[in-house]
Amino acid sequence: MVVEYSREEELERLVHELKTVKTSDWEFHDKDNSVYSTGKGLNKKVVEEISEIKKEPDWMRRLRLKALEIFESKPVPTWGPDLSGIDWENTSYYNRPDERKTNNWDEVPDQIKDTFTKLGIPEMEQKYLAGSVAQYDSEGVYHNLKKVWEDKGVVFMDLDSAVQKYPDLVKDYYCRAVPASDNKFAALNGAVWSGGSFLYVPKGVQIDMPLQTYFRMNGESTGQFEHTIVVADEGSKVHYIEGCTAPRYDKNSLHSAIVEIYVKKNAKARYTSVQNWSKSVFNMPTKRSWVDENANMEWVGGSLGSKVTMLYPSSYLRGPRATASNLNISLAGPGTVKDTGAKAIHLAPYTQSKIVAKSISIEDGKAIYRGLLRVNKGATDAKSRVQCDALLINDESASLTFPHDEIYDPTATFSHEASVGRIGTEELTYLRSRGLTEDEASSMIVLGFLDDVMREIPMEFAVEMNRLIKLEMNKFGAVG
Amino acid sequence: MTTLEVKNLAASINGKQILKDVSFTMHGGEIHALMGPNGAGKSTLGYVMIGHPDYVVTHGSIKLDGVELIDKLPEERAKAGLFLAYQTPVAVQGVKLSTFLRMAYNQLHPDSKMKIQDFYDELKRNLNKVGLDETFMSRSVNEGFSGGERKRVEILQMMMLKPRFVILDEIDSGLDVDALKMVAEEIKKYFSDQVGFLIITHYQRILKNIEPGFVHILVDGKVVMEGGNDISLRIEEDGYDWIRGA
Repeated sequence: MVVEYSREEELERLVHELKTVKTSDWEFHDKDNSVYSTGKGLNKKVVEEISEIKKEPDWMRRLRLKALEIFESKPVPTWGPDLSGIDWENTSYYNRPDERKTNNWDEVPDQIKDTFTKLGIPEMEQKYLAGSVAQYDSEGVYHNLKKVWEDKGVVFMDLDSAVQKYPDLVKDYYCRAVPASDNKFAALNGAVWSGGSFLYVPKGVQIDMPLQTYFRMNGESTGQFEHTIVVADEGSKVHYIEGCTAPRYDKNSLHSAIVEIYVKKNAKARYTSVQNWSKSVFNMPTKRSWVDENANMEWVGGSLGSKVTMLYPSSYLRGPRATASNLNISLAGPGTVKDTGAKAIHLAPYTQSKIVAKSISIEDGKAIYRGLLRVNKGATDAKSRVQCDALLINDESASLTFPHDEIYDPTATFSHEASVGRIGTEELTYLRSRGLTEDEASSMIVLGFLDDVMREIPMEFAVEMNRLIKLEMNKFGAVG
Repeated sequence: MTTLEVKNLAASINGKQILKDVSFTMHGGEIHALMGPNGAGKSTLGYVMIGHPDYVVTHGSIKLDGVELIDKLPEERAKAGLFLAYQTPVAVQGVKLSTFLRMAYNQLHPDSKMKIQDFYDELKRNLNKVGLDETFMSRSVNEGFSGGERKRVEILQMMMLKPRFVILDEIDSGLDVDALKMVAEEIKKYFSDQVGFLIITHYQRILKNIEPGFVHILVDGKVVMEGGNDISLRIEEDGYDWIRGA
């Protein structure tokens, strides 16, 4: 019961915070800080320009141009949400904030530093993190890794810097798990990628504190196309966190990232992301992990904000006894679509996957679960469990589930569970008649719905999610 | 003295006029009974008083110590001191009873310096008093509770949240004789000259345990008769026909 109280106290503290924190805390925007932009639209010249500015080796330039060809040859996918709002012509694909990259916050240009300070990044780094990368629009502006980990051979910096410093290491992993040919948005990323992190954890190195990259998109009608690679070498252990925000604009922005995670034999990797885009962002990342023998991959994701999100983190279980779990929380507010899910591909015997997806739809917000479970022939005794829970707030909101199973080995055992709960005027009025405001009542219901997953995820993440959900509920105001 | 004054109240739901003309005045330290046949609008009155958004007030006023409540939100009315024990309490999945009550208490009594530990200790004692064990603290509000358990939890909420005007809507339904006695006991204990009660009831059963000083009879959305407890005794004998005829 002692633990019980501290959770309650935590909740109380959060409620207090709810009253003092406003959405303006992250929806503010700075003046245009870019010192260089490739302008609007995308063509071969733009791609070559990006590569030139970055003084990239020739292999990377060629990969970019190849990816551009693939991007141009692929149609915009129509099997999911409506993507017609993406303004390809008027998007600027590369915006460079400043020349410098630094490992000292004091050297970061004032206004950009202020932004990250407002978002609490330097403070968090000091308290909780083994290392931190901060990206502003297209480029990483800051990266730092505690010396103890640097001495053990850990590499953590923005990918651009890594291409320069560790080209061979990058080459081994770049676009292996997610080739440009995977989908139109992956191809786009391949052509214009900029920023993102490169994290390499050597054999046997176990990092007990998380490492974080924070992405801040500032410009209007811009795209952010970071590419992140995490390599957990044999027997290592790492927790990598990503956070993202963007100001709110009338014109749509595009975020199309690639995340590749390689979990080698006996290694453990955890990837946590809290995405909190403003309502003008199309969020279309491709995230995938390769999980080798006896290794473990954990995806923990919270998807808030954005206009449309399509996100299906995938785990390729390549070695015997590889395991993966995927825990995703999606919140679809009014006028937004969350098309999210997970993929587990069992390629070896005794592999296990677990997918837990929780979605919340508010007003006309639409939450869709789209998942794939594949068990290849020869992947004997594979096990998988998929659980999708949906909560509908208000009597008109909708949730859809599209699970897809491809099972080619008869020894596989798998299960699907799904539940849908609806919260309407009755429930809200009942709580309000006891003194809770509408916002408090609905955020309480939402947090209650998420309680079982909140218990499984890291405390800092749970606190951040709690806070963001409350803000989100607060922002919508009239519910029910 | 705190006063609740309902005047010429009329309300509809989905365009259907349920309440047509309801007036009564209550003071702290009084127990009132609202009786009437099925479909008279008794439960509607409860919902309208707490500001349920499905109901539209078409006429009249509800004043608490002179302050008009008609335009106020449900939570504002709760803060003003109103409390409705629902006839059919609503289940809210995933919201823990203890967390809910603690948050509600903080809203209603922002100046209280009660520590969390003390609050939970009191919650445990009160659970005990209404005949429920401590495990209810960590269960979702009313979810999977039996009808009788839900009613006990309504009384528990009253005890914890400490409202000034309590409306009990058919609090006796779903309770067996012993449970009813227990609940009536707690209601009596909570009653004081600071607290007013409006007991909505179909039968006179609970009124044997708690004697109201004032009885209002609601028929077809109108208060048609008022008086002392003798009216409720007559209804026990003769039903409502004699009032309708009157």
